[in-house]
Amino acid sequence: MSETRNIAVTVNGKRYERSVDVRLTLADFLRGPLGLTGTHLGCEHGVCGACTILVDGQSARSCLMLAVQANGHEIATVEGLAPSAERLHPLQEAFRDNHGLQCGFCTPGMLMTLVEFLRDHPNPTEGEVRVAISGNLCRCTGYQGIVAAALDAAGRMRKGG
Amino acid sequence: MIGSRVERLEDRDLLRGKGRFVDDVVLPNMLHAAFVRSPHGHAAIRGIAKAQAAALPGVHAVLAREDLLPHLRNERLVVGLPSKSYKQDLNRPVLAIDEVVHVGEPVAIVVADDRYVAEDGAALVEIEYDPLPAVADCCAALAPGAPVVHRGAPHNLLAEFRMGYGDADAAFAKAAHVFSESLWQHRGGSHSIECRGAVAAYDAIEDRLTLWSSTQMPHQAMRQLCDMLGRDENRVRVVTPDIGGGFGPKLVFYPEDVATALAAIILGRPVKWIEDRREHFVATTQERDQYWDVEIAVDRDARILGIRGTIVHDHGAYTARGVNLPHNSAETVPLQYDVPAYAMNVRVALTNKVPVTPVRGAGHPQGTFAIERLLDQVAREMKLDRAEVRRRNLIPPEKMPYETRLKARGGRPVLLDSGDYPRCQAEALTRAGWSDFPARQQTARKSGRYLGIGMANYCKGTGRGPFESATVRIGPSGRVHVYTGAAAMGQGTKTMLAQVVAEQLGADLANVTVTTGDTAAIALGLGGSNSRQTVMAGSSAHVAAVKVREKTLAIAAQLLEAAAQDLEIVGDHVRVKGVPDMKVGLAMVARAVAGTAGFSLPQGMAPGLEATEHVVIDDMAHANGTAVAEVEVDVETGRVDVLRFVAVHDCGRMVHPTLVDGQIAGGTAHGIGNALYEWMGYDADAQPVTTTFADYLLVTATEMPRVEIAHQESPSPLNPLGVKGVGECGVVPVTAAVASAVEDALSPFGVRIAQTPIFPAQIVKLIEEARR
Repeated sequence: MSETRNIAVTVNGKRYERSVDVRLTLADFLRGPLGLTGTHLGCEHGVCGACTILVDGQSARSCLMLAVQANGHEIATVEGLAPSAERLHPLQEAFRDNHGLQCGFCTPGMLMTLVEFLRDHPNPTEGEVRVAISGNLCRCTGYQGIVAAALDAAGRMRKGG
Repeated sequence: MIGSRVERLEDRDLLRGKGRFVDDVVLPNMLHAAFVRSPHGHAAIRGIAKAQAAALPGVHAVLAREDLLPHLRNERLVVGLPSKSYKQDLNRPVLAIDEVVHVGEPVAIVVADDRYVAEDGAALVEIEYDPLPAVADCCAALAPGAPVVHRGAPHNLLAEFRMGYGDADAAFAKAAHVFSESLWQHRGGSHSIECRGAVAAYDAIEDRLTLWSSTQMPHQAMRQLCDMLGRDENRVRVVTPDIGGGFGPKLVFYPEDVATALAAIILGRPVKWIEDRREHFVATTQERDQYWDVEIAVDRDARILGIRGTIVHDHGAYTARGVNLPHNSAETVPLQYDVPAYAMNVRVALTNKVPVTPVRGAGHPQGTFAIERLLDQVAREMKLDRAEVRRRNLIPPEKMPYETRLKARGGRPVLLDSGDYPRCQAEALTRAGWSDFPARQQTARKSGRYLGIGMANYCKGTGRGPFESATVRIGPSGRVHVYTGAAAMGQGTKTMLAQVVAEQLGADLANVTVTTGDTAAIALGLGGSNSRQTVMAGSSAHVAAVKVREKTLAIAAQLLEAAAQDLEIVGDHVRVKGVPDMKVGLAMVARAVAGTAGFSLPQGMAPGLEATEHVVIDDMAHANGTAVAEVEVDVETGRVDVLRFVAVHDCGRMVHPTLVDGQIAGGTAHGIGNALYEWMGYDADAQPVTTTFADYLLVTATEMPRVEIAHQESPSPLNPLGVKGVGECGVVPVTAAVASAVEDALSPFGVRIAQTPIFPAQIVKLIEEARR
């Protein structure tokens, strides 16, 4: 039905070469052919932020990008966040310790948004954290545990956690 | 274990992107479905042309009602709760028969190689409609001469009932004061961030249909599939994987569940359907509008003598749950106050909109809004403190347990089981600085800022019975397995159950597994609704764990040649207290009763180390609380900022205080959305006009204050754990508290708040009207 293109993408440090339909979204590419189902789709119109990933280190909505647009770029998803099978990233630890998640559906997008934000703002105020995640919707937590987790994680990461 | 803030079992996988949500279920050879849905609020179907879609490469089937009918024993979803008040039975068909009655109603299903092609196919299905008059507003629907929502129906009144007791008219006749309110309340959608979904697979070798569904009620879904498809219970399995939030609508069984299952049977291949957000706005149930005309009679001391009034409830186009919502709303009004006489007439109106079923709070926020608005008016008109009016009327703790004169939906008297409502209110006021507020308000006004404070009490029945199932089993591995009909929607249900069971069986959460939402794992189950899982599943898990504990100790006593009372279970073994070396593993204990061919079991022991319990509790555990909101209103733009929010609540004994806090904070956010932002709009033709998150506003982190939460713990005498539910509680008082605060902020203008959501434009208009 649809045209295809060959693309080469690096995801979480691993290189993938695939032929994809030109209309395939990046989110569906990650979740489908690559089997990386940690990236979630909550609205498919760019508002909820659940599908947030990093493209060359910058956060992006994978529902609003086409897979072909990722050709030649480096992608980071939630699956690549933890340093090993045993250890969690300090941000993940902070989410666990501050009840920063309930159902866990918005969590991958929250984590990827915050990992970028804390990299660029290592010592944020609560207000700055709230603005940083204001493009990510959560229906479970009232954002309370998420904000607490982000501030806690900032402290851990400053200490080199 | 119980009462401690343990690490959640759920978090490790969810944080690593290793959750298993329904859209993560991938089966070999799987096809993908898209639905063709009604674009009309009301129309007759003249014809469906499928050929063009069916010819599209990659499309495997285009199925309309006629294609499903040969496979259906019953084509309607009969799911409404019983009530004598129904005047019409209007159950949803799987696919539209010859008429569509709301935008989004499914008419056909297209199955293709992938979702993209399925949607291409859906766009090629040509349906010829004759548009019919539609009605969007529930009061308009009951007016004489209104268009009928269903062509063949005599009128739009789905049900009518009265709730009450005592002689309300006599109470009003002798009252010192009578005050009235006309209220409009809107709630909106649930909007779990995960939409709905289903994956169906038919195994011809075993003649078994398996449905992975985002349902909160897998056992009910299984029963429905059996009824509709004419299949035996052992030929249908429903599995609920991880759920990305429920908040009510996922407890409903949907046409898409049946259609996806049938597509898999007809095509002999697995079929996946995942709802997108646009579909969620038009096809997932919502909770919607209520119009109230209500009045209160008080004596000269502001003590309530009676309350009476009418409610018109918007039911949507079909019955997908029943009349439980307006029942809850009407029941809530007098619940926690001493109201000697009560009379409420409830009319349930059909409209050409998606069906209405519970959204977090389930009618209780509306009832709370009504009573709290009335009490605010009593205080204002009688020049009393709002808190003082409530204090005079709350049921005092010395009357607990208190049998109200209300009747629950099943006919039993409503019993308030425990709680100290005045103390809860007092604590909330202290924490919020209620008595200091007028001074702060005056100071702010001098600099042109309009601050307001508002409060609301609530009381809510939780833990609806009659039971939930739990099996506790120690396997030959020595690990403790818990199986339940309860469904985990994200609240931490698995952690809660593991805590309850580990309390009896070794206190090691790493040695406990919990399986929820799988009809193959346990025979009976009701599932997730009514803030019921800790109360009902928790109680059954507790009793089962106690029984398994007793048996474990009795077997170990024989193996260790010790007295059972001298033994303790620690981690994965049983040991003699004070003699840690005298021990036997749970694995050995389980194997001792697992049976060895030709050898006797330990003396007096039945086979197996497990217990299944269905603790029956008919009365509901009533949680209560008080919310205080402090707001600032910009009188030029109408913008409302919630500056502070204090929630003091009582859900009995807390199994996991951190998870309780999480439920309260999340519920509060939902309530602030209902109070200020969320509006599911329809035009006069019943066309939805807010079908994206750009139009329908969910609360984000910048609108949320930090919720200041405090607990009181009045154990419920109704269950062995002393617990009450909390999942819905946070949301219940919020619209009432925020409305009270906005009104207080605007008191210099004399503005009255009588509806939710409270939009900026409306506030500006109210101020302008008041200034004239």
